[in-house]
Amino acid sequence: MSVIPLSWYLIFAAALFCIGLYGVLARRNAVAILMGIELMLNAVIVNLIAFWRYNDPTNVSGQAFAIIVFAVAAAEAAVGLALIISIYRRQNTVVAEDINLMKW
Amino acid sequence: MVSQVIFIVFACATLLAAYLVVNVNNLIHAALWLVASLLGIAAIFVLLDASFMATVEIVLYIGAIAILIVFAVMLTRRVMEDIGQQKTDSWWLAAALSMVFFVSVTLLIWNTNWPSLPQGDVGDTVLILGKSLVDPDKYVIPFEIASVLLIVALIGSIAVALPPSDDNK
Amino acid sequence: MEISTLFTWLIPLPPLLSFVVIVLITSNNRRASHLVALCAMGISLFFSWFVVYGAIVSDHFGDHPIASSINWLPTGNTALRMGIAVDPLTVVMLTFVPLACFLIILYSIGYSNFGQSRDERDVPGNPPHHGVEPMYSRFFAYLSLFAGAMLVLTVADNLLMLFFGWEIMGACSYLLIGFWYGRTYEDKLQIVPSGAAVKAFMTTRLADVIMLIGIAYLYYEAGTLNFRDIFFNADVLDHLLHTPSIIGGLAVAHLIGLLLFIGTVGKSAQFPLHVWLPDAMEGPTPVSAMIHAAAMVSAGVYMVLRMFPLLSAGAYHGANPVLTVMAFIGAFTALFAATIAIAQNDVKKVLAYSTISQLGYMIAALGIGAYIAAAFHLMTHAFFKALLFMGSGSIIHGVEHGMHHTHEKLDPQDMFNMGGLAKRMPITFRTFLIGGLSLAGFPFVTAGFWSKDEILADAFAHGHWWVFVTLLLSAFLTAFYTMRQISLTFLGEPRTESAKHAHESTWTMTFPLVVLSVFAIFAGFVGVHQDFPVLGKMLGKNPFEHFVIYSLPNHGSGFVFTWTPVMLSVVVGLSGLFLGWLVYGRNSLKVGQQDPLIKWFGPLYELLSNKYYIDELYDLVFVRPAKWLSETVSFRFVDRILIDGLLHAIAGWTMKLGSGAVWFEKWGINYAPDKFGDGVRASGDSVRIVQSGKIQDYLMLTMSALVVVVIIVFMVIN
Repeated sequence: MSVIPLSWYLIFAAALFCIGLYGVLARRNAVAILMGIELMLNAVIVNLIAFWRYNDPTNVSGQAFAIIVFAVAAAEAAVGLALIISIYRRQNTVVAEDINLMKW
Repeated sequence: MVSQVIFIVFACATLLAAYLVVNVNNLIHAALWLVASLLGIAAIFVLLDASFMATVEIVLYIGAIAILIVFAVMLTRRVMEDIGQQKTDSWWLAAALSMVFFVSVTLLIWNTNWPSLPQGDVGDTVLILGKSLVDPDKYVIPFEIASVLLIVALIGSIAVALPPSDDNK
Repeated sequence: MEISTLFTWLIPLPPLLSFVVIVLITSNNRRASHLVALCAMGISLFFSWFVVYGAIVSDHFGDHPIASSINWLPTGNTALRMGIAVDPLTVVMLTFVPLACFLIILYSIGYSNFGQSRDERDVPGNPPHHGVEPMYSRFFAYLSLFAGAMLVLTVADNLLMLFFGWEIMGACSYLLIGFWYGRTYEDKLQIVPSGAAVKAFMTTRLADVIMLIGIAYLYYEAGTLNFRDIFFNADVLDHLLHTPSIIGGLAVAHLIGLLLFIGTVGKSAQFPLHVWLPDAMEGPTPVSAMIHAAAMVSAGVYMVLRMFPLLSAGAYHGANPVLTVMAFIGAFTALFAATIAIAQNDVKKVLAYSTISQLGYMIAALGIGAYIAAAFHLMTHAFFKALLFMGSGSIIHGVEHGMHHTHEKLDPQDMFNMGGLAKRMPITFRTFLIGGLSLAGFPFVTAGFWSKDEILADAFAHGHWWVFVTLLLSAFLTAFYTMRQISLTFLGEPRTESAKHAHESTWTMTFPLVVLSVFAIFAGFVGVHQDFPVLGKMLGKNPFEHFVIYSLPNHGSGFVFTWTPVMLSVVVGLSGLFLGWLVYGRNSLKVGQQDPLIKWFGPLYELLSNKYYIDELYDLVFVRPAKWLSETVSFRFVDRILIDGLLHAIAGWTMKLGSGAVWFEKWGINYAPDKFGDGVRASGDSVRIVQSGKIQDYLMLTMSALVVVVIIVFMVIN
């Protein structure tokens, strides 16, 4: 059904990735930074699925890889949010700039 | 033609939602826009004939991760409202870097010859995928490692998020 | 794709979208929120009625229903499909569901005091005093989602999609019944909205789980969940009917039928799972109308109507195990709830029990095989019950307005605090009267009469005597408590100052009442029996029956018209109304006067007004043992003794092992590395300055480096 060139998907994914990157770099709230990371991960998954579709669809390594990325993303979100909540409890802040316990 | 239009509509909607995720001040709204943009990505998956991935995207990302984020926002809400400012001082640098990165990657993509779409129907990839995930010749090891990772993450996040206790024995 | 197919796909979409739009975009703008909800529902209504119109004008629609589906979720060798199907039964649903939802949303604008300014005393989670509802937009978002789910359920072509809508409605009913979650009462025994929400959710959940088991079992046995694939395929039905199930003596079809029917028992509040519905009255009144007329409880009856070919499979002379159970539960519930309704003083509680009773009618009708009559009563009931609920909301609003005026403190829903509202709220009175007469089955001019009569006539014609007698008796009681309600609220003189100062509601509230009262009269004429003298000929040979019967694979024969049931139901309806008027209407009650029934039937009245103590029974039998079990067995014994004891033992051993290790570490391992560490620290001191400790600075640095590398690579390539 699709007559969409592969490059469209890739550019879409690149745009999504850059928006996520901007979110990671520019937001102060740690939860918002995590949201940016989720967007970046999703961009990666879009790329994987697009490449799978445009190469040989019977070879499902692209999808298998995407599933692994999903699992990693879930783990990342869980641990990341747990860290944020833990820091929030101890330091009463979720601002990434203020979380600098390890400096010096 | 039709699918191109559909793609552009969904892509624009997704990107718009993603833009709002990183730009709105209210974090609850940001999380809801994240849900919207993930839905858009699920639609893109459907366009790519990966309906299983679309399902997983909705169930896992929207159903689990996005909800987790909403909870995190609610749990940590009070402080952020006090502080107010949502962007770092060097956000312009971040924006510039992202733009430059995007432009260069786009140029790279544009100047490459990509394979065109293979002919024929995709068929039922879910069965193949399901089998290859537990096939010793294929991805059983990554698959199992992923599950171990999930367990570790689960236990680790519980351990990390436990309330700080004073009596460390 | 044909246009009506496309439209059918689009029917549930606008309300669902409107939910998203209200939540994400218009949540701060009240006017925009209700406009979005109203427009979305209007579009749905247009689509629905377009489809309905197309179905009615086309010849032999039943043989060529609208059906379309797409692959949804691939599951290995096969795929679950998502699709829509419109057959005559769906058409019936599509005539009243979107209309009722639309009117309810319109009504909610007035009900939530739109246009009033925000009252300072109002807090979210409590009913507003006199200002606009604090969570105005949220209310419309929920209503939209509810309506959307109901429409999904209506147009679904398979049981799984139906179940989706079913469950979304369950969640919405939880949210809406508990909408005023912060409300508390001085009387600790009275259930609060949050408690009622949990009760409704838990009760229906119990039924839904059993229903889901039934769905899974059906999928396992039949290999599909598509309605037409099951019902119009003799092989599948035959297979289901002749395979013995895991429970001895029952065919698979019957076991599945029973499991699915339990889902309906929960959703449509049949005995013994009826307890949630009266408490659901704690929600705002439009919600009650939504739950009791347009959506939730209709969904339960709709589901059994939809599954009727399966439920009635292998019925011999209109009886098989499933149908017998249905007839019994339905008839029992009809009578049981009608008796309770007599002794209720809360204007909404009376209607709640009458709803349970009327739903019992439909279930009983299905149980004796009166498919058409059940569908017909479902439609007319939706119209007049939505009308009655919205009317009661208008009454309560009027009394609350009076309370605001007089600063009295009383229960605005208690009928004994009302009286004489007919003069003060004329539109509400007239429409409520129409709805009440329709409910009571006032002969020949109201919709309720025709549908109720059809059920009774069917029971009579096919010789189901005990069903006939039970339903006749509950029809009498229905007429009686309806007249009691009308007399207590509208007739006589006001019994409180607040009732004296009540006044008519705004047009957004009265307009839906007027529209529904038109339907509460005229909707009955589509289903008049063809042999009925004069009217039958005049209205064309029972168009409803000839339309809907094509939903079934084999079109059963109707029944021969006889005068006996008609005369009986006329007599019963009129005498019930007359008796009600004699007791309550002729000499209207004075201030502080007791219900005359208390004098005459003291203990019996007590039993009825306490709803046969069913809630107390459940508390004793289910709730307390569960609490006891979790308290004593799980917590005290398992947790404290078994698990804690084990853990303490393990911890003790580990401590002993650890103290040995500490000794070794102190002397064996620590000394040399300490010196090494000093060296590292000294070198670290000199380079630590780049570490600002801010994660984003690091990332920024990394990205800058990456961008520089990318630019260099570009230069090299070009």
